Amino acid sequence: MSNLPGVWGTWGGYLPFFVAGFLASEPWRWAGALIGRDLDPNSEVFIWVRAVSSAIVAGLVARLVVFPTGAMAAMSAPTRYGAAAVGIAAFFAFRKNLGAGVLAGTLALLASYALLG
Amino acid sequence: MRAFWQGTLAMYGVPALVLYAGILGYGAFAREVGLTLGQALALPIFLQALPAQVVLADHAARGASLAAAALAVSLTAVRFLPMTVVIMPWLKGHSGPRWHELLVVHFVAVTVWIEGLRRLPTAPAEVRLVYYLGIGVGILTGTLASTALGYPAAGTVPQWMAAALLFTMPLTFLLAMIETSRSRADHFAIVAGVVIAPFASLWLPGFDLLVTGLAGGTLAWVLGRWRRA
Repeated sequence: MSNLPGVWGTWGGYLPFFVAGFLASEPWRWAGALIGRDLDPNSEVFIWVRAVSSAIVAGLVARLVVFPTGAMAAMSAPTRYGAAAVGIAAFFAFRKNLGAGVLAGTLALLASYALLG
Repeated sequence: MRAFWQGTLAMYGVPALVLYAGILGYGAFAREVGLTLGQALALPIFLQALPAQVVLADHAARGASLAAAALAVSLTAVRFLPMTVVIMPWLKGHSGPRWHELLVVHFVAVTVWIEGLRRLPTAPAEVRLVYYLGIGVGILTGTLASTALGYPAAGTVPQWMAAALLFTMPLTFLLAMIETSRSRADHFAIVAGVVIAPFASLWLPGFDLLVTGLAGGTLAWVLGRWRRA
């Protein structure tokens, strides 16, 4: 008896989740640990890898705002972009204060949603 | 041991709490697609990465093949390679055996990565690994608690509140990353990533973050070198 279809029901779902989850993702972390250990943090390669990481995380952020899923999809594009802009502006206005930026951005999102949708 | 608890406690502060708010949504999502509470809790333990958890839960619920699910999850996890490389210099100054490093890198994911880069430089070199382990365990316990809280809440939270909770996560990631970035290349990389990702998403779904990272990161590295010259 299982709540999930086909192969996903094996061992209550835990075995397929371990295989397609842990085993599919963890080797990337191990590879990073082995490569990163012997790399000089001041080398050009390291600076490049760091830039690649930063671009990936920034890209993840942009994807969440530009192509929203779930409840955020109900917010219009001007509301989402405007709120992000307000958050970034408040962050710099309050001398790079994380809490101020997030609070201002979220309040802007709710205000804009109430007024414009 | 003190460093461990300091790391754990730090994960009940602002950036981490925002992540937990987003994870309430994951708990609700897991229930909606038909996972048991036990399965919903197993995914963050195995993966420790929100996007991969959503991808895997979605594949399982739709009855996709194990190979297709593993490939999709693996693609979302490639980003951990460069991220782990970047954090390793802070994790290797300890006196324990080397396999300890392979254990703690399990916690490399966006929030822990940003928090690690923010906080590890302030800790003495020999306790950084333990401090980082504390950060990881703190995030994992917070994640499990908010998954369990979000699970029964499926469908009961008003839309505007759910949207606000979801929105805080990308905003926090972006601002925390600007705060931690050191070099010109980092600044260029953030801008390049934000600009390239939406186009990559349209043209190369599945590979979009990889392409964004390689193209944006390389462009930023070149621009950074040029500005230094």
